[in-house]
Amino acid sequence: MVRKHAGQPLRRLEDPRLLTGAARYVDDLRFADLLHVDFLRSPHAHALIKSIDAAAARALPGVAGVFTHEDLRGRWGGFPVPGAPPAGGGDGGPAAKDPPRPPLADGEVCYAGQPVAAVAAESSEVARDALELIDVRYEPLPAALDAAAALEAGAPRAHASLPDNVAFRWERKGGDTEEAFRKADRVVRVEIRTERVVPCPLEPRGAVARWLPGEDELTVWTSTQSPHLVRAQLAHGLGLPESRVRVAAPEVGGAFGSKLGACAEEAVLAVLARLLAPRPLKWIEARRESMASPPHGRGQRGALELALRSDGKVLGVRYEAVLDLGAWSGPSAHLAAALAGSMACGAYAVPAASVAVAGVLTNKAPAGGCRGAGRAEMAYAIERAMDLAAAELELDPVEVRRANFPRSFPHGTAAGAVYDSGDYAKTLDRVLELCDMPRLRAERDARRRRGELVGIGLATYVDLCGPGPSRALAAGGWEAAAVRVGPAGAVDVFTGACPHGQGQETAFAQLAADRLGVSPEDVRVHRGDTALVAGGGGTFGSRGTAVGGSAVHEAARRVEAKMRRIAGAALGVPAEYVEHAGRRFVAGARSIAYEEVCHRAHRGVELPEGLEPGLEAACAFEPRSFTFPFGAHVCLASVDRETGEPRLEGYWAADDCGRAVNPLLAEGQAHGGIVQGIGQALLERAAYDEAGQLLTGGFLDYALPRARGLPWLRCDRTETPTGANPLGAKGAGEAGAIAATPAVVNAVVDALSILGVRHLDPPLLPERIWRVLRERSGP
Amino acid sequence: MIPALEYRTPESLEEALDLLERHGEEAKVLAGGHGLIPALKLRLAAPRVLVDLRRVPGLSSIEPLPEGGDGFVVGALVTHREIEVSPLVRARCPLLAEVAGAIGDAQVRNFGTLAGSLCHADPAADYPAVLLALDAEAVVASRRGERRVSAGELVQGVFETALEPDEIVRSVRFPGPHFAAAAYSKARQAASGFALAGAAAHLKLDGRRATDIAVGITGVAARPFRAAGVEDALRGQELSPEAVEAAVRGLAAGRELTSDIHASAEYRARLAEVHAKRAILRAAERGSAGA
Repeated sequence: MVRKHAGQPLRRLEDPRLLTGAARYVDDLRFADLLHVDFLRSPHAHALIKSIDAAAARALPGVAGVFTHEDLRGRWGGFPVPGAPPAGGGDGGPAAKDPPRPPLADGEVCYAGQPVAAVAAESSEVARDALELIDVRYEPLPAALDAAAALEAGAPRAHASLPDNVAFRWERKGGDTEEAFRKADRVVRVEIRTERVVPCPLEPRGAVARWLPGEDELTVWTSTQSPHLVRAQLAHGLGLPESRVRVAAPEVGGAFGSKLGACAEEAVLAVLARLLAPRPLKWIEARRESMASPPHGRGQRGALELALRSDGKVLGVRYEAVLDLGAWSGPSAHLAAALAGSMACGAYAVPAASVAVAGVLTNKAPAGGCRGAGRAEMAYAIERAMDLAAAELELDPVEVRRANFPRSFPHGTAAGAVYDSGDYAKTLDRVLELCDMPRLRAERDARRRRGELVGIGLATYVDLCGPGPSRALAAGGWEAAAVRVGPAGAVDVFTGACPHGQGQETAFAQLAADRLGVSPEDVRVHRGDTALVAGGGGTFGSRGTAVGGSAVHEAARRVEAKMRRIAGAALGVPAEYVEHAGRRFVAGARSIAYEEVCHRAHRGVELPEGLEPGLEAACAFEPRSFTFPFGAHVCLASVDRETGEPRLEGYWAADDCGRAVNPLLAEGQAHGGIVQGIGQALLERAAYDEAGQLLTGGFLDYALPRARGLPWLRCDRTETPTGANPLGAKGAGEAGAIAATPAVVNAVVDALSILGVRHLDPPLLPERIWRVLRERSGP
Repeated sequence: MIPALEYRTPESLEEALDLLERHGEEAKVLAGGHGLIPALKLRLAAPRVLVDLRRVPGLSSIEPLPEGGDGFVVGALVTHREIEVSPLVRARCPLLAEVAGAIGDAQVRNFGTLAGSLCHADPAADYPAVLLALDAEAVVASRRGERRVSAGELVQGVFETALEPDEIVRSVRFPGPHFAAAAYSKARQAASGFALAGAAAHLKLDGRRATDIAVGITGVAARPFRAAGVEDALRGQELSPEAVEAAVRGLAAGRELTSDIHASAEYRARLAEVHAKRAILRAAERGSAGA
């Protein structure tokens, strides 16, 4: 396979428009007769709605309409994707009981921030004024706020209509766990708690919806990761054929899992677009709404136990966890549970595993998949446990991990995953070399002798990426692409993936350029529009390049094959004797230019017998399996003895995401992921008060990591190809977010270990550490 | 999202004061807008009239005090950035330039003003500690005349000042003398960057001995305050780490301290001690390095 452009650290082709402000996001779309939609949201975590009086709001000049659940009755048929059960079941995740989710509250509100009414008005200011005039009478109900407490008998119910708060219980077992724990020389148990984090894309959610009566077509421009999924959901909810619904994502400013599938507001907008046609409707979320409503990730409490032989060999793993699903859980939250369960063995060959996860409904914002969903929680638990195992057995944390790596691949785990390919010792050795571990340890020990609190943290991880084989996903796991070469040689690539910051316009251009013998700059990549691409899954789960890129590669290969046939006919040789060298097709001494082949193809003359004119091919690429990137991260941290503040002094990472189509993009993903993982380790949490009000409702209170306070990241890669796709690419989007949290927490706990500290959960807020310091060493 | 209001841009201070006299509590004064505009957008403030000072002449400069010495006065429209880079401030009072340069980010510093920050009275702002330690005063104007209010008096509580509805802070006066032994140390609230606890120390040194000392504290209570107990304990003393450590103990005792999701009252009290100690010791170090 020719890899002239693929494999090169090409700078991002999309950056000029992004960096100069020329890119157009949903809010940049201009319409002459636009109406602005804003939502009245529940101030209560849980309450019954006794009455809604919108008369004053309706009477306000400039208000086109005020809408409540009653107005949606008979106009919205619900969210589930047609043909798929609401929550996977089987491999796609546990089957769950999920209460129906009315886009506007139907008599009951189940979290603070839930949409209750919508206003459409001539300006966003008038819409906002009108919201203040709507009088809603609530009767507050007891709220279920703590997921573990919500499991107890007699606990307040998150939904009045449900008998209890259990959405699902899901188990996975492999090997003989009981035997493993019976035979163990030592059992290590760690109770872990990962707090809810908010995805925080730079661009909050937003959409414009327009119904054209004559065309009978709904167009929704929306900030999404998955336009085809949104189309399927909206068409189903509206009772329209998909051919009447077009969903297009303009530029999308990040998502991290929060823009997967249609949200309640998009559903309302779609319904109202028909009621207020032909005027287009725009909804742009305020930051405080984007903190309080979209899927939160990670909220999980659990206990992990390792059965260990005294030499450090892990004989078995047991994991029990309670997931805080919030008021409604979607397929992505269920998938997160399944992903966590599948990864219970981490990067280790463990003969027996048992996982039991309970998904619990609470009166908080709905949970969903957030960058590294499931795998991050699991990696955190197991990497904490491996450090504890090393400490209790007085073994080297590096060597305990190494001793448990699988020796051969593919490796089937006791938790039911099949790791496709790997060489875990290779990334471990690479990161040890990068950080110069012997020197790092000597330095740490010397500083400790001077009274400093310094620690080194290591995490080795395996990610599960590239969803996926279609049998494992309710909505299918393939990805679509089409490649079209024009009469003058211009190349258009259409992808069903929906890159929203990852840089895949560049990666896909590199892939198409290699196949067609042109430069990446000659390739235009179209994305995010159901009118342009026949189908698509979207961009999530680190699948963009592995699955979407493979589809582009294959479609381009098909076009190139046709070009060879045309060239062969022109040169008088069979296609298989034609060599494709840059912009020429060569057979012996004779050759024909790329442009000439394009011209002939479109002219429709002098083509081989039976060959259709034109140069276009489509591919629906079905991956052979999930992919399993892996790697090892090291963090050096110190703690201020007086204030408890942790400080990261160094960070080293060696990742293996298979073959990188663009190493620069892979490194960018590593950086972003690591920083997100650091955020979870040190800063981030969606904090609710005892009434269920979100206290971290904006960036004055919700702490994201900033350049200040971050160490220099030293990243390197190894390349172990996968057989899951023709590119050998595994995916790079989430690994950093998975590995960094345990690496950082392990480093801080190591720093505190000389005081006898065994475990601390994130976020490692200075006050939490200060309290530990005070307990252990006096004020 | 800003509710409808009357927006006025007076061309003189007199005109601005007239507007305030006429509209009283229904008017709000706008300088850099970094407190007020977000409050308007969130509809936490809903004035009927907005009096934007941008066209009022004479509020945009930093001038030496006419009475001589190393004092200076900062106009109401002077931004954090202008203070940060002002040769006059850097020469006479580098601490103020240093603190101004550490506020928010470049965009905030290019718009936000010292006087506006003071009038906004965020209990976690950095300036009040420094202003208290430097004995700075707000020069307050109204149709009724002009008065001077110390920074400690001006800030009365959380977003509360001693200003009457018809008054404008026209400038902030730093009377001096300013000593090289000055420093500010704070614990940042991780999200906002504001102070969980901040301490400014301003020392007059004789060798290692502090002949005079002022310590301003912000972030820990509804109002900034001078750590009088610390000052008394250290005045006339050698500033050894041990002496300072002992002096800062309990500096916030007896006060009602802020407690929120970012830090408990107990932790804030400890942070105030630690940062007061660090500010004093750093100030002493700077003082002796400059001597």
